Amino acid sequence: MPLDESTVKNIAFLARLKVPDEELERLASELSNIIGWVEQLAEVDTEGVEPMTSVVEMTLPKRPDAVNDGGDRERVLANAPEPMSGYFAVPKVVE
Amino acid sequence: MTDPLTALTLAQARDGLASGDFTSEELTRAHSGAVEAARDLNLFITETPELALERAQASDTRRAKDAAAGPMDGIPIAVKDLFCTEGVLTTAGSHILDGFTPTYESTVTANLRAAGAVMVGKTNLDEFAMGSANVTSYYGPAKNPWSTGDGKDRVPGGSSGGSAAAVAAHLCSASIGTDTGGSIRQPASFSGIVGLKPTYGRCSRWGIVAFASSLDQAGPLTRTVRDAAIMLGAMAGHDAKDSTSAPVEKPDFEAALGGGVRGLKVGIPREYRIDSTPGEIETLWQQGIEWLKDAGAEPVDVALPHTKYALPTYYIVAPAEASSNLARYDGVRFGLRVPGETLDEMYENTRGEGFGAEVRRRVLIGTYVLSAGYYDAYYVKAQKVRTLIARDFKKAFETVDVILTPTAPSAAFAIGEKMDDPIAMYLNDVFTVPASLAGLPAISVPAGLDPQGLPLGLHLIGRPFDEETVLRAAEALETAARFDTKPAYLEGA
Amino acid sequence: MAYLIEGTSGDWEVVIGLEIHAQIVSEAKLFSGAATAFGAPPNAQVSLVDAAMPGMLPVINEHCVAMAVRTGLGLNAEINLTSVFERKNYFYADLPAGYQISQYAQPVVGEGTVILDLADGSTPTVGIERLHMEMDAGKSLHDQDPRRTFIDLNRSGVALMEIVSKPDMRSPEEAGAYLRKVRSIVRYLGTCDGNMEEGSLRCDVNVSVRHPGEDLRTRTEVKNVNSVRFAMQAIEYEANRQVEAYEAGGDVVQETRLFDAGKGETRTMRSKEYAHDYRYFPDPDLLPLVLSQDYVDAIKADLPELPDQRKDRYMASDGLTAYDAGVLVAEKETADYFERVAKGRDAKTAANWVTGALFGTLNRLDLAITESPVTADDLGRLLDLIADDTISGRIAKDVFDAMVETGKEPAAIVEEKGLRQITDIGAIEAAIDGIMAANADQVAQFQGGNEKVIGWFVGQVMKATQGKANPQTVNALLRRKLETEKQP
Repeated sequence: MPLDESTVKNIAFLARLKVPDEELERLASELSNIIGWVEQLAEVDTEGVEPMTSVVEMTLPKRPDAVNDGGDRERVLANAPEPMSGYFAVPKVVE
Repeated sequence: MTDPLTALTLAQARDGLASGDFTSEELTRAHSGAVEAARDLNLFITETPELALERAQASDTRRAKDAAAGPMDGIPIAVKDLFCTEGVLTTAGSHILDGFTPTYESTVTANLRAAGAVMVGKTNLDEFAMGSANVTSYYGPAKNPWSTGDGKDRVPGGSSGGSAAAVAAHLCSASIGTDTGGSIRQPASFSGIVGLKPTYGRCSRWGIVAFASSLDQAGPLTRTVRDAAIMLGAMAGHDAKDSTSAPVEKPDFEAALGGGVRGLKVGIPREYRIDSTPGEIETLWQQGIEWLKDAGAEPVDVALPHTKYALPTYYIVAPAEASSNLARYDGVRFGLRVPGETLDEMYENTRGEGFGAEVRRRVLIGTYVLSAGYYDAYYVKAQKVRTLIARDFKKAFETVDVILTPTAPSAAFAIGEKMDDPIAMYLNDVFTVPASLAGLPAISVPAGLDPQGLPLGLHLIGRPFDEETVLRAAEALETAARFDTKPAYLEGA
Repeated sequence: MAYLIEGTSGDWEVVIGLEIHAQIVSEAKLFSGAATAFGAPPNAQVSLVDAAMPGMLPVINEHCVAMAVRTGLGLNAEINLTSVFERKNYFYADLPAGYQISQYAQPVVGEGTVILDLADGSTPTVGIERLHMEMDAGKSLHDQDPRRTFIDLNRSGVALMEIVSKPDMRSPEEAGAYLRKVRSIVRYLGTCDGNMEEGSLRCDVNVSVRHPGEDLRTRTEVKNVNSVRFAMQAIEYEANRQVEAYEAGGDVVQETRLFDAGKGETRTMRSKEYAHDYRYFPDPDLLPLVLSQDYVDAIKADLPELPDQRKDRYMASDGLTAYDAGVLVAEKETADYFERVAKGRDAKTAANWVTGALFGTLNRLDLAITESPVTADDLGRLLDLIADDTISGRIAKDVFDAMVETGKEPAAIVEEKGLRQITDIGAIEAAIDGIMAANADQVAQFQGGNEKVIGWFVGQVMKATQGKANPQTVNALLRRKLETEKQP
């Protein structure tokens, strides 16, 4: 199904990507081409086929309940653009 | 004048170090010098000569005490800038990771470090490994050391373009890359070297910037099949920090070599014959079949009926996973932050400016195929087709031991080509994507030249965790092909 | 009695469903080895995984899986042997990865039931829709800086169970009882500490209203309510707000709201104004969680006695009333205390003392039973002193008060204060004789047929013996002496 500009605008917001209005038309046509191309999958008969959840034939490994990580704030904040008083900081959010 | 030390294969360098012909410091200085001299190829995002020297000297000290860590000790390698490296800028080829210096080391690079390998730098790549030509990098396109004399710079393939080209241009003994849909094998083919994508789960993904988690796999890029076996041995192993890392034995991959392919059943999938493939590639494929037959293997026709759907399946699954994996690049905890009045504005500005066009495109596609109302039609459908593709391989491997195909549908093209048509670019991975979707080990071996004198690779796919057979068959191809042409960059030097 | 809101268009019924978020008791987080302890300095308990640094991967904590299964079994629910972790994608400052790892299409626990204990003695059943595991987000602090919101990721990755009820509740009281009951069950199981003040247990309340018999109408969700009282207030406010909206000819919008505890109101959550599309899909970093029936059976075999079973036992073997039994089992600590007191003693007497004198004292002092100044063993010893006639029940109340005051053993207090009951008949007779001699009028009244005056005599004798005389003995002796006086 071709994507219209409002759909592109909507998914761009879901993905938090700023897309200038003048680019919407071109993007919509580009994305529509790609989506149109992948839609050839519709012709594959997948009746009764389980969707793949993992290519590796193994079960989920589990770890013991032990504290062996964390406890190093400097390491966590080392790359933060704007750390303040031991916190990450972002523009004010109103809930 | 290039230093003869840079011409050595990894195995030769290992032997030379072991017999004391040269030191790791000499070997490393030669390669760091070559890296610096090759800056116009734009293969490295970060060069680490001081760090390399330090590690080389430490290696020499170990060796002097008879305490060398193994075959990789003292060997200069290059690392795709997708692996997080402690204290060394890690960019994923993206503006959005500006200044990001990890406080941790990826498992694969940590394994290599523990084995004594010496990192000479972090190589250029497509942004977030999304591309097949290394043209989407924020740091500019990497150039292939191969050229045709037409004055045009060629792409080295992608996404591990810098890693592949660095090996081809003798800037390191070997390098590591990652392969999601062909990102090791296709650039290996374009650069005339060996590229191995191991079985999904063979190498830990911990500390590798994620593109598509169910597909990403680290692997070696080398000049010989033996070198690939040695490198893989140092990279692989079970890692409890990666839930998808397979708890399997790690064989001695190098020991698998030399066995020949007598009696080996080699599958030839008829679905890989596509009309658009140039004649020379079809010819090379036939040649490959003959080579293996001459070495005692038995070619067998196999059917992989869903091959045609692999690429569209990949272009739903990979962007879907990527759209989620890349959500963490939000300007809050690391990397680029472009200010905004509100939190959402900050997100949109940072991500809008921080991601390049191809990444934005794939994030949008991925967001779309997961969104309400489309999830079943696209994502679930693709995962079902993926099951069928994996089933095709499973069935084929009931009768054959390995499958032979071309690696890529063309040789290296000029930088700037295929830029206007994303789908044409995506078609580069038509032969490599199916094995990725099925999680199978696969290798590209340089096998010949196209009419313009550019390298072409052949591609072998194996059973899960049977890299040994893949390497053995690859060695047979390598021996028969006797590929020894050097890229123009080296010839001209 | 049905809870209905009167309106001009007729009565309105409230339909309530709860999503309870219960923090699993664990040392480390669900997908990382960072600590979970409450009250650490900001970002001091954050691993690189919790901060979603590039290339970081989740590995699940086996203990948390076991606790989720244990809780599911405690809710009489089906355990799904295969469940899948999915990513719930949305951007928020305290969600570092841009997605929360949760379970969606295939949760670890399916349908179950919870039986409520209402004040009127009725025991309605509320259906459990599902229980799934998920990671908590971090914390946003909006009041630390005028222009910025601060982010603390200590909670990021902490293991939660989301327990989703069916929309089976019809009054704030039922919702409160449900919340209390689930809290009680997880505390009995030891899978969640149930501490609502620290946020280990909190809930989202889904409320809609309708005329009885109608189909369900639009619901609103009140987020992050952190006490039973607030949950009940939020429901009451929200139900009335919706009724008013409908009756004014308006509509109710499906939305997320916040409860303002100060004002007792709910309001639209601005950050959640836009429509969400969480784009759930199986987390490719994790494989499906596959459990064996043996694993589930082993956890089942290890389940403790739960409140409903205890209540049944107290009623059947100990003869307690449904009300007393219900009150005693609501908190595991109370039930444990009661059982220690009642062990080898009369259960009804023990229940009376625990629900009477002890609860009264704890309420007055605002203490939890675990902080009781009187230990279960000491209360038991006090009951022994009554049973063997060392002291009377009346004196026992005084001894109990002294125990609360001093924390001393009852026997020590009895000795110290000389409260041992007077069983010496001679001494009691002497006291009676003295009082009868001094109060000829009252003796005459008795003899005149006023039987009631005997109570006055008992009081006088008890007074004369500082309450230490055995009341039955006093009564018997008095009666005999007065009767004797009658017929000289």
